[in-house]
Amino acid sequence: MDAVVVEKVGKRYGDVEAVRGVSLNVGPGELFGLIGPDGAGKTTLMRAMCTLLEPDEGRILMNGIDVARNIRDIRARIGYMPQRFSLYQDLSVEQNLHFFADLFGVPRAERDRHMEELYRFSRMEPFKKRRASALSGGMKQKLALSCALIHRPEILILDEPTFGVDPVSRSEFWDLLRSIRADGTTIVVSTAYMDEADMCDRVALLFGGRIIAAGTPRELKARYPYPLYRITGRDVHALKDFFAGGAAGNARADAAGDAPAGSAGVRGIQLFGDCLHVGFSVDPDAGLREGWRRESGDALLSWERQEPGIEDVFLELIRNGRNTDG
Amino acid sequence: MDEKRIAGSAEGAGAARYGGRAETAVSTRGLTRRFGSFTAVDGVSLEVARGEIFGFLGANGAGKTTMIRMLCGLLMPSAGEATVAGFDVYRESESIKRNIGYMSQRFSLYEDLTIGENIEFYGGIYGLGMDEIRSRRDALVGVLGLQAEARKLTRDLPLGFKQRLALGTALLHDPKIVFLDEPTSGVDPGVRRAFWDVIHEESKKGKTVFVSTHFMEEAEYCHRVSIMRDGRVIALGSPGELKREYGRSTIQEVFIEVASGRPAAGGREARPGGSGAADAAGKGDDRS
Repeated sequence: MDAVVVEKVGKRYGDVEAVRGVSLNVGPGELFGLIGPDGAGKTTLMRAMCTLLEPDEGRILMNGIDVARNIRDIRARIGYMPQRFSLYQDLSVEQNLHFFADLFGVPRAERDRHMEELYRFSRMEPFKKRRASALSGGMKQKLALSCALIHRPEILILDEPTFGVDPVSRSEFWDLLRSIRADGTTIVVSTAYMDEADMCDRVALLFGGRIIAAGTPRELKARYPYPLYRITGRDVHALKDFFAGGAAGNARADAAGDAPAGSAGVRGIQLFGDCLHVGFSVDPDAGLREGWRRESGDALLSWERQEPGIEDVFLELIRNGRNTDG
Repeated sequence: MDEKRIAGSAEGAGAARYGGRAETAVSTRGLTRRFGSFTAVDGVSLEVARGEIFGFLGANGAGKTTMIRMLCGLLMPSAGEATVAGFDVYRESESIKRNIGYMSQRFSLYEDLTIGENIEFYGGIYGLGMDEIRSRRDALVGVLGLQAEARKLTRDLPLGFKQRLALGTALLHDPKIVFLDEPTSGVDPGVRRAFWDVIHEESKKGKTVFVSTHFMEEAEYCHRVSIMRDGRVIALGSPGELKREYGRSTIQEVFIEVASGRPAAGGREARPGGSGAADAAGKGDDRS
């Protein structure tokens, strides 16, 4: 049985359709990512899973239980860490954990055992007497996660837990999530950091309230249709103009019958700090590249095949979506 | 050893890359700030060239914010020297403030003011005259294509427009240097890429851009990136240089190795002299 089943869920706020006909399944013990920019519908969807918000249409089952029918039962089975988690700033780490244990009615003997485990995995034991207000961002986030886990939920729902946290703490946090998943807990986590998709077993890419793609990160990246190259040169700005001109020149060349740079069909150019990423519709061969090097006046220094990231995939999907919509 | 690793100063290879301009926008020598017995910034020396897009990375508590506050003329150093846009941070902090802009995507616009009012508000803060404010407001609204929306509340704008508006207001008084704090977090990748194209245009025109971020995808758009740890700059170079030097495929992995002193998963061994993971994590936690 799937841990999470979302069937054609929709939710609107006035004129805004926050979530439109979303369906997805999360397997038991899976680490599942909802990836998308602000406003994509991630929070609305998660709040609906947590019984905090009623969808206008569709149905959600958490471990087989309909969220619309058994709110109390569902809440005991899930742990939820909202985007703005609320720790009691003037309580210590330990007191915060006690508070959440009481809230969920965790019996005393069990509570002590759970706390022991949570301290061990979060390495927060040395800080248990410290007030929450005196913790660093990364530590607050670990405490909030621990509070969401104190009643041993079957499914953990985390809304942008790594937002604004530095990359070192973020990577530690993902390590924690993997160890929680190893215990059999199902995890649904949202993020706007596209690169965090790689940390998940499976992801759904959300945009404009819809799922535009779902699958393992590897499957999604395999869908990127164009050969992508990382190109460096003496002046990357000039190189960008060179390839942009080539792309524009391509259409003209077709009519005129000659073949300038871009006859491999430049699909997209992105300027980074010290390189360009250029996608081509046809993989340019060595002869073509040599021609470009000469044409650019030796400004083109290196070529390297670049693996597309989730961001490249996302962008391509949005572009296609726009084309088909309009 | 640290000195050797820090490649590409403004006088050297760095300046050549930004159109051969050797002018220095930011220069620090042994810049230090102590808070009681705690040294937040510890003898930092760096040069940022005019027109450079400079990434400023570091874990929480590494000293980034203290460094930026000193460079903005908001905090006096305890020791060392620094000039920003040619002005001395000890004696000319008011001139510095007039020559820098600041943008934080999440916090710098008033949601309940209209777009036009936000621009006027910032024009006033930067000390522009009313005629100048009006002409720059109209120009900015035109560039952004927001003529029809100028009377709308800022909160009703899509995130990508807010961000362009925030950048526009940070540049309203034509500063020489602009500080960006996580400028594109949360926007969709298409909007982010368009934003960085604009930043690269500004850099081409000679604006120096200082980017402070936890968002490693943003670091890739910078000409050079510095990584701070325990108050010191311990790695500096172009994204490509740093990746090559540390044998990594992403800045994220370089950052984790450098900022925590432990190798990222699947990577090579930590450098000699790097402290263990538990040690570094403990220190970071104690600091904030």
